[in-house]
Amino acid sequence: MAVVARESGSARFRYLLDRVEVLGPVFMAPAILYMVAFLGLPFLLAIYFSLTDITINNIQTGFSFVGLENFIGLFRDRIFRQALRNTLIFAIASQLLAMILGQVTALILMQDFRGKTIVRVAILLPWAVPIALGVLGWKWMFDSLYSIINWTLQAFHILGPDQWPQWLGTSNLAMISVIVVHAWKAFPFVAVIFLGAMTAIPQDIIDAARVDGAGFWRRTFQVNVPIIAPIVSVGVIFGTVFAFTDMSVVWLLTKGGPVNSTQVLGSYAFQVGIVSGDIGQGAATSLFLVPILMVAMVLTLRAMRRREL
Amino acid sequence: MRLAERLFKQTGFYTLVTALVIFATWPFYWMLITAFKTEHDLYNLESIPYIFNEPPTMQHVNWLFDRTEFARWLWNSLVIGVLVAGITLLVAVPAGYALARMAGRYAESLGIGIFLTYLVPPTLLFIPLSPIISRLGLQDSLWALVVIYPTFTVPFCTWLMMGFFKTIPRELEEAALVDGQNRLGAFVHVVIPLSMSGIFTVVIFAFTLSMQEFVYALTFVSSTAQKTVTVGVPTDLMRGDLFLWGSLMAAALIAGIPMAIVYNLFLDRFVAGITGGAIR
Repeated sequence: MAVVARESGSARFRYLLDRVEVLGPVFMAPAILYMVAFLGLPFLLAIYFSLTDITINNIQTGFSFVGLENFIGLFRDRIFRQALRNTLIFAIASQLLAMILGQVTALILMQDFRGKTIVRVAILLPWAVPIALGVLGWKWMFDSLYSIINWTLQAFHILGPDQWPQWLGTSNLAMISVIVVHAWKAFPFVAVIFLGAMTAIPQDIIDAARVDGAGFWRRTFQVNVPIIAPIVSVGVIFGTVFAFTDMSVVWLLTKGGPVNSTQVLGSYAFQVGIVSGDIGQGAATSLFLVPILMVAMVLTLRAMRRREL
Repeated sequence: MRLAERLFKQTGFYTLVTALVIFATWPFYWMLITAFKTEHDLYNLESIPYIFNEPPTMQHVNWLFDRTEFARWLWNSLVIGVLVAGITLLVAVPAGYALARMAGRYAESLGIGIFLTYLVPPTLLFIPLSPIISRLGLQDSLWALVVIYPTFTVPFCTWLMMGFFKTIPRELEEAALVDGQNRLGAFVHVVIPLSMSGIFTVVIFAFTLSMQEFVYALTFVSSTAQKTVTVGVPTDLMRGDLFLWGSLMAAALIAGIPMAIVYNLFLDRFVAGITGGAIR
């Protein structure tokens, strides 16, 4: 009896494993549960926290619902408004610079020349080295007393003998510095994405266009760009989201200073929500990243549809 | 005339290449020189800083290993990387397969949905995640990072594996089914062995991404013994006003360059994942 029961049990199990409708969800379940638990739940919590007066001190004892007070407070907060402005400047400027440098790099790496392999590895280094470690090198280059940048500029007589700019110590220079360092980190990524896309253009299409008498500009804008655009756009969107939301470069170089002149949304949320422990206010600050994220997701979707999966 | 023009173009091209290479590698060269300079040479403004004016020294590297927790941080990063790669594998491989073959008409939307979660930045979630981490009893522990890191490795790896499984012909599994295997058996005995290169990509990807992570590690780990290398170096070695630049640069190079080499190995596959080409 027992043997029969076990046999029919395992047959039943076998049967279930054969059913695609059963196995599919079973295979998907861990991934979906993980995303719900550690992305979905925290996201909802962020919204909930942003509507309360929760801090690190009253999290155990109880906190209360305050409506939109945190958001109203943010708009009254001069530093927050500055962080919002800085985020726009930082993200747009660094991403633009990275795109220009990245495109030039991609065009160069399309050519054949001696030493290309070495050049490729060297140019990819800023992206491949962990951001926290690469940026430390820049921190030392921007040092207030021993800046190698200043020494070099003086050696080439670009700076006078008594000029010694404080790269991270003056507002405008600090902003320029974090923008350049972020672009330095991001441009190799732009380059490889463009390279990947350009090698995807079939040579016979280029030849056909040429035979049909299309000049350089027509070939570029009516043949190459339409093929490349959907491919690179996902990479470009990723890069832009990263520039808008990251705080690593700013935190490592200036911690948002001097006097908040390089404070961005990410670093300010960290300052308010983690360092100062004002969880409600911090959560409200980081929620301002959501609109950017939504736009990025919609654009990615569109790009992927055009690419025809 | 033609020769002059060609020469001009060539010179312009190489000037551009040199400028870009200098921009990309300038900090690394300066790190390398700094890491092996004597203190005296390092802070002497009279001599040319780009070269060794005094013989190179190992003192900064020795100090790093003898007097700081640097080796411990490297080990922590390594442990986290291996564990996260393992979790990612267990979660992303079945999910990728289900999306490629079995998830029915919602498969495509589900796949894109998971891929899009890769865009969610740590700066959005670090605040609400901290009470969750405390509730799990993982505050100030590297285990917090082991739990959190799969949130960004799983989406991209699932996407990569989905693309990979689509390149494997269905007929191979169907043959196994005809031979009396069930679906699961066909997956384990036929599909997995054929997918080793895709699985390897996913492992390397999850491993390097978690070794490189900074923001979550900065948020969730504060005691020295639990830190990863990306957080330990810029926080513990940069306390106070006096930074020990020689040791700092040595630390950044020793940890950073091997990671960069591993990263380069799978770069093309990563790009293929984003630009939509299939990995092979």
